[in-house]
Amino acid sequence: MIKIRNLSKIYKTKKGLVKGVDDVSLTIQKGEIYGIVGYSGAGKSSLLRCINLLERPTSGQIKVDGTDLTSLKGEDLRLARLKIGMIFQHFYLISQKTVFDNIAFSLKAANVPANRIKGRVEELLEMVGLADKKDVYPSQLSGGQKQRVGIARALANNPKVLLCDEATSALDPTTTKSILSLLKKINKELHITIVLITHEMNVVKEICNRMAIMQSGKVIEEGAVYDIFANPQTELTNEFIESVVSFEIPEVILNGCTGPIVKVIFKGKIASEGIISDMLQQFNVSGNFLHGSIEYIQEIPLGIFIMELKGEKEEIEGSLQFIEGRAAQVEVIRGGL
Amino acid sequence: MGFDYHHFIELIPDINLAFMQTVYMITISLIVAVLIGLPIGILLFVTDKGLFLENRWFKNGLGFVVNLVRSIPFIILLVALLPLTDWIVGSTIGPTAASVSLSVAAIPFFARIVETALREIDKGVIEAAIAAGATPWMIVKDVLLLEAKSGIISGVTLTLVSLIGFSAMAGTVGGGGIGDLAIRFGYYRYDNTIMIATVVILIILVQIIQLAGDFIAKVVDKR
Repeated sequence: MIKIRNLSKIYKTKKGLVKGVDDVSLTIQKGEIYGIVGYSGAGKSSLLRCINLLERPTSGQIKVDGTDLTSLKGEDLRLARLKIGMIFQHFYLISQKTVFDNIAFSLKAANVPANRIKGRVEELLEMVGLADKKDVYPSQLSGGQKQRVGIARALANNPKVLLCDEATSALDPTTTKSILSLLKKINKELHITIVLITHEMNVVKEICNRMAIMQSGKVIEEGAVYDIFANPQTELTNEFIESVVSFEIPEVILNGCTGPIVKVIFKGKIASEGIISDMLQQFNVSGNFLHGSIEYIQEIPLGIFIMELKGEKEEIEGSLQFIEGRAAQVEVIRGGL
Repeated sequence: MGFDYHHFIELIPDINLAFMQTVYMITISLIVAVLIGLPIGILLFVTDKGLFLENRWFKNGLGFVVNLVRSIPFIILLVALLPLTDWIVGSTIGPTAASVSLSVAAIPFFARIVETALREIDKGVIEAAIAAGATPWMIVKDVLLLEAKSGIISGVTLTLVSLIGFSAMAGTVGGGGIGDLAIRFGYYRYDNTIMIATVVILIILVQIIQLAGDFIAKVVDKR
């Protein structure tokens, strides 16, 4: 659905040229919810804004649904934008227009005949759950309600893609959850491809299928969210994951351990199977759980346990091999074997 | 010499005429200033860097002309524009003639106020409209003018009050008006009655305009 090829965006600043986006190539499939994660200044916002050409890339190509947007200008670009919805962290509704008129504005941009606007706006308001707020001005709405209006406005012209620029970053956790489930519903029911940028890893964990991690304008890691959570490749990715799934063990506890400490990662269905108890029965080792949890990413369990193993060296090695044999991943994080 | 009540009663017809002349001049000038100044203000804004009709040469050129007119003291502008006034009105004296110079002075003044009011709009709202695929005309009409409505109304108030001040100099071309009356009778002839009466009228007029302007600006704002 979206093909980004060798995209770069260079900004001229007083300190010289700054590469906001540095040679990024990404492919986002139709119907996917794709998350781009990074700290502020990583270039994720620039990248997102390049997708609908709110910022014109310095070089590279962007294809959305087969159309090369970078080749478009003026009226052609405007018409292409009708098929790409966008929502923002600070909503950016027209404060002097009612909820109804804010949504109608998008329809007018697409030249929808006046007699069809009313029905369509009501349909959209119904979908985002704001049917009773039609004649209210944005200042009378809560943050979550404003974002719902933003979503209705973005979806007015049946776009194929929805871009979300930190759409939940200004909302409290409960509201964030409700907005995320609305986005999920839109993705499922309307088959709209969603690209979102965020610095909150729990947003990605909650709704994204695939993700990219950005640093200094570059994509440093990319793949299925589950795989990245299960097997992060870079320090930064690890940092992001630890922001939602932390396995920090107090120093005092670690110092009190005598045996090797291992991290066991179970992926998918096997996370719920009793591998550890089987292992403890088959081998002459004792296990001491230090930390652990089962995270559900896209409803697939990912189990991560940290335990201290005690016993004969051979028995420990055997037990680790046993776990690896059962399609789990084992990592010795302290104390060699 | 203080305020002479009988003298005041005598002068009521003169004051009344001057008042109507002032209203006439500032109404014409305000209408012209809004009709021409508003589009200029919008052009100054939308051609600025980073906006949807960015055009450096146009912006700088228009900005230069606006500054040029604004830098000329009004009393000089009034005289300098006499040929233009003659060409448009067919005469160089009277309130109608004075309205030409007043309008020319008010256009760039109001244009800059409009530009400033538009700058107050959150750029994100404009960007959201661009992302929604809105045409430039839709953005001007439904976003810029609407979002800056309150600021523009305050600008109209400000322009009106300034016009009342400027109109006092209209006497130079025999334009008449309250301010002219105050200068010619009150100041040159030491007629304190008329001086006090005209100043009081001007104070009341300005207060009413400012209060009404502030009220309207507040009522139309939905924020």
